[in-house]
Amino acid sequence: MPENSPSVGETVERSFDSTLESVDRAEELASGLAGRAGFHEEDLLKIGMAVREAMVNAVVHGNRYSAHKKVRFAASSGAGRLTVKIADQGEGFDVDRLPDPLAPDNLLRCSGRGIFLIRSFMEEVEIRRLETGGIELTLVKYQSAK
Amino acid sequence: MSVKLNTRQVGDVSVIDVTGRITLGEGSSALRDSLRELVGKNQKKILLNLGDVSYIDSSGIGELVSGFTTVTNAGGQLKLLNLSKRVKDLLQITKLYTVFDVHDDEAHAVRSFT
Repeated sequence: MPENSPSVGETVERSFDSTLESVDRAEELASGLAGRAGFHEEDLLKIGMAVREAMVNAVVHGNRYSAHKKVRFAASSGAGRLTVKIADQGEGFDVDRLPDPLAPDNLLRCSGRGIFLIRSFMEEVEIRRLETGGIELTLVKYQSAK
Repeated sequence: MSVKLNTRQVGDVSVIDVTGRITLGEGSSALRDSLRELVGKNQKKILLNLGDVSYIDSSGIGELVSGFTTVTNAGGQLKLLNLSKRVKDLLQITKLYTVFDVHDDEAHAVRSFT
């Protein structure tokens, strides 16, 4: 998209299988939508990584690769912002009990950085436990004025 | 492309050239297998060349940390070479940049092993 093109609102919704291929597809969908909305290269990378981490959480930790569980993905752009919602059908987790990956005792842990990275890359992150079970992550990124 | 690894010997240092993406699945498991194989062969000096790594996610970071711990616990040293800005930024965000010995020059990196 040319530098000065107006951003175009768009919404994409999918129901994904709990596979690593779905992680790649969701990342591509979100990055593509953000690109068409006029997000800059640096932001596209951050959006792609945040969506990837959120999808991995849903597929691996939430649904545990279950063939019977889906990951609901919805992304929308418009008014200078991108919103991505990713929901799993797992058993959920207590966000307040997630270990701090920057704590000295946790620095050399092999996992536990996903939510931290999502928060680093996106402006707003909401983690909500669904009444039907599972976790919904809402990620918001605003277009920078570069 | 996921990831491609090539191991070569420079003196007594094993250099692993990594190309592609280190992400959950094939990418991170290939790196894990490669490092464990070298440790199994009692290789103590390992230099991981990440110059052609285009992408790394939290699982990939986890594999770097796991590799570092595995090699260190075996009495060896794992060092990193040629980090892209993206990988360097990730290691800084996660406060791991100072955990690893990071180099930009291969010859200098090879000489730095004790």
